[in-house]
Amino acid sequence: MSFLIVRSGGLSTTVQDTGRDGRYAIGMPPSGAVDQYSFAVANLLVGNPDGAAVLEATYLGPELEFTDSRTVAVTGADSGVTINGEPAPPWQALRVSAGDVLAVQQVRAGARPYVAVGGGIDVPPYLGSRSTYMLTGIGGFQGRALISGDQLPLGEPGPAPAAGTEVPEELRPDFPAATELRFVVGLCAYRLTGRALESFLSTEWKVTKDADRVGYRLRGGSLEFVEREQPFGAGSDQANVVDLGYPVGSVQVPGGDEPIVLLNDAVTGGGYATIGTVISVDRDRLAQTRTGGRVHFVPVDVEAAMAARQERRARLEKARAAVAPA
Amino acid sequence: MSTVDAQLPGVFYRRPSPDEDPFIEPGSVVRPGQTLGLIEVMKTFNEVKADRACRVSKILLDDGDEVDVGQTMFEVDEP
Repeated sequence: MSFLIVRSGGLSTTVQDTGRDGRYAIGMPPSGAVDQYSFAVANLLVGNPDGAAVLEATYLGPELEFTDSRTVAVTGADSGVTINGEPAPPWQALRVSAGDVLAVQQVRAGARPYVAVGGGIDVPPYLGSRSTYMLTGIGGFQGRALISGDQLPLGEPGPAPAAGTEVPEELRPDFPAATELRFVVGLCAYRLTGRALESFLSTEWKVTKDADRVGYRLRGGSLEFVEREQPFGAGSDQANVVDLGYPVGSVQVPGGDEPIVLLNDAVTGGGYATIGTVISVDRDRLAQTRTGGRVHFVPVDVEAAMAARQERRARLEKARAAVAPA
Repeated sequence: MSTVDAQLPGVFYRRPSPDEDPFIEPGSVVRPGQTLGLIEVMKTFNEVKADRACRVSKILLDDGDEVDVGQTMFEVDEP
């Protein structure tokens, strides 16, 4: 069987795929690539079927040694990429042979580079997905981030786009200084005073160091909740409600300051008021916003969220057409 | 003169824990692999290590300062 040798794991590099969907009811978050667009395009570039497992790094990518000939591609955050020390272009199908070493260095812009390898990372699926869920140590490669010396099993590669095939510039994400996040107000926004909701939407929030695949903690303002006598089971804090499910992308504000946007590895429910939900498409953008970065929220309705999803799908089809073998 | 720049965004610390001495002081001569400071990000403390023997002439950040990728943390000279 073919495998990939991890020379250095980078920071928090994990195996991720589309996600472990359909298990929310048992308290299992989906995990999966937090930037689904960059993930999907990485697979297109190496000729993998949709949903093959790739590597997702954070801020600092891994160094990987190949043991056979493969196609490989790096997408997502803007990072320096080298093969055997020579610069190699991102968003492009690259051909490597046995003994070649691919290194993905620190990010220049964005937060998360993705590395797809022809044939996919062939770790055994767990509950229908190869995604790593680090909090409980399941899925992916031994349920954890990669470290040097790991040997990752690889699948059988299919036909891939020719080396040098690239994704046009306009189909790559940009990394703005302040990221706009479209946001559907609810489920518990009624718990905020009207002024607090306005202030939430007009504040430019800063991403704190506590920003990972579980959630992003933000700083920049504080929010008032409507005073009430708390119902049984809600606890005394005005930011609490009786337990409910947390949508992925939902924003909670424990204690009234430092909102947290929940992401793919978050707990699935609890008793904090969720004041709104970042639309799924814009979670790609949040995933590429890093510690110290700035975000602001723009309210949209569910129709707009669905339209944005259609647009992302169309964009992905454009990328598919652009890299398809002639 | 050369510099040691941050590879990660996060919060910088000069010492292993709040009540311990800093890893290094201005003027310290360090060996390759020696820890110069910490960057906390995503609930982990990542060590910043010297990649060669050098003398740390300036420390540009204080405990608890935010740091971004590429930002200079230390100025160093040949020992």
